[in-house]
Amino acid sequence: MSAPLPVTPLRPGAEAIAAKGWLVAHKWLFLRRGSQFGILLLFLVGPWFGWWIVKGNLNFSYTLNVLPLADPYVILQSLLARQMPEKLALIGAAIVALFYLLVGGRSYCAWVCPVNLLTDFAYWLRVRLGLKGSAHISRPTRYWMLGMTLLLAAASGTIAWEMVNPVSMLHRGLFFGIGFAWAVLLAVFLFDLFVMRHGWCGHLCPVGAFYSLIGRLSLTRIKLPARAACNDCMDCFAVCPEPQVIRPALKAIGGTPPVILEANCTNCGRCIDVCSKDVFAFGTRFNTTVAPMNGVPQAAPK
Amino acid sequence: MDKVDKPSAAARRQFLADTARMACGVGLLGLGVGLYARHAQALPPAAIRPPGALAETEFSAACIRCGMCVRDCPYDILHLAKPEEPMSTGTPYFVARQLPCEMCEDIPCVKACPTGALDHSLTDINKSKMGLAVLVDHETCLNFLGLRCDICYRVCPVIDKAITLDPQTNARTGKHTLFIPVVHSEHCTGCGKCEKACPTEVAAIKVFPLYMAKGQLSSHYRLGWVEKEKAGGSLVAPDVEHQYNMPEGMKYESGKGLSGSAGAVSPAPTPAEPVAVPKAFQGGKL
Repeated sequence: MSAPLPVTPLRPGAEAIAAKGWLVAHKWLFLRRGSQFGILLLFLVGPWFGWWIVKGNLNFSYTLNVLPLADPYVILQSLLARQMPEKLALIGAAIVALFYLLVGGRSYCAWVCPVNLLTDFAYWLRVRLGLKGSAHISRPTRYWMLGMTLLLAAASGTIAWEMVNPVSMLHRGLFFGIGFAWAVLLAVFLFDLFVMRHGWCGHLCPVGAFYSLIGRLSLTRIKLPARAACNDCMDCFAVCPEPQVIRPALKAIGGTPPVILEANCTNCGRCIDVCSKDVFAFGTRFNTTVAPMNGVPQAAPK
Repeated sequence: MDKVDKPSAAARRQFLADTARMACGVGLLGLGVGLYARHAQALPPAAIRPPGALAETEFSAACIRCGMCVRDCPYDILHLAKPEEPMSTGTPYFVARQLPCEMCEDIPCVKACPTGALDHSLTDINKSKMGLAVLVDHETCLNFLGLRCDICYRVCPVIDKAITLDPQTNARTGKHTLFIPVVHSEHCTGCGKCEKACPTEVAAIKVFPLYMAKGQLSSHYRLGWVEKEKAGGSLVAPDVEHQYNMPEGMKYESGKGLSGSAGAVSPAPTPAEPVAVPKAFQGGKL
């Protein structure tokens, strides 16, 4: 064990709030919540007010009768169940896949998925209630889950995972009637709150696992233009839903360039918010020249 | 060798143990989901799929539960199945007794389907096979009771083809006619208007998914009258002229009926003319 950290009553991000002001220290969090609620609202104004900007749900939606968007994960399951979708769904899936290639695969999790609101709330409550301890399931379990759902589609000849998928259950439920799906979602919430820290989104969800595969190649990434300025306050680790992705890039382990290339980074941008030293910034995966550890930090790419 | 192998062997054992743990845990979950999905394969009797829906197994592989058909149905008859309903979660259906299909000519639900779970080759709504109406209860159907209800017949969008009224003698009164509604599967689209309109407390005519409602003859069955018409004549040897065994003095002639009286002794009860043996049987060894 290293020397005990100085006991600090400050919550993660307090330093950043002091350094940058409250608003700036919550910028990406607010933008992200805006995106999550905004997308829900876009879908809801149809059934609520009859303003049909977008129809459907996250599995397939049609915006203003011109833009088809389809979840490539569900289309892949359909293909494995030996059904060839019509052109519109294939085009939609291609558009979505390309979009996440640009903005980052698991941006889906942080910026779009409605279950993230639920699990983020569970995590917030977990911290507030001071609940310690967490069941151990390794993070790669999600890839086993992904493999299982794909195998199940192929073996059963149906999109079996859609029977229980909490992501589509919540999103569909909000616009088409939720029924007993609330029980499934409550289970996810309680699991994250009492059983396991970042349990569902961070370890098990096959949807996130699928999008992380897109994330392996995606363009938009978190860069660390000022990683030399890091004062080891650990705030970024505390707020990051996938803290294992930070270390290699932050500490230049094995000569890792100052960019988070780990597929499971959700591009939520919370690390940018809470860093009082402005170590992090959004950027692209390219031009990752290694900043000298003691040199002048590169300017944050805008 | 040993120095290099020992830690890696431990690591390998750990890796294998971890892998087995994950594979078993996830596998168990998969088994549960798979069995659950299998149970939901059979459509419950009251749930009717939208027009053009593929057969149930293909449907649950092609339908991505997006609800576009629900949104584009102008009469709002479609629902997406909730998890507690005994069918594939999120798939569309309607309940005829609540709101039947209005059979729009442009079939917007099929057009809205992005995957073809609702078959885009269906362009004539009258050719759709959402289900099949069945007059399930002969005891409560008002027409069976001798009333001229006829509502199912009259509301049918394919009137006189999908449902016809078949006159039968009312055996109870002995002098009236029952007009029995008969559904013809060739024309019935399964829209459910008849079930919706049936005035009894519980509908006597109901629409069921095809797999429940439709029987099927064994493949070797041939309908004699159909084959006869196809061949343009009888396929078997001509009928033997029928012999009636009447009491003495009675006579039966086709078209005229019975004549004579039972007491009268026929003048010469000579045996009837030798039966004309059909040519086909002549020379047989029977």
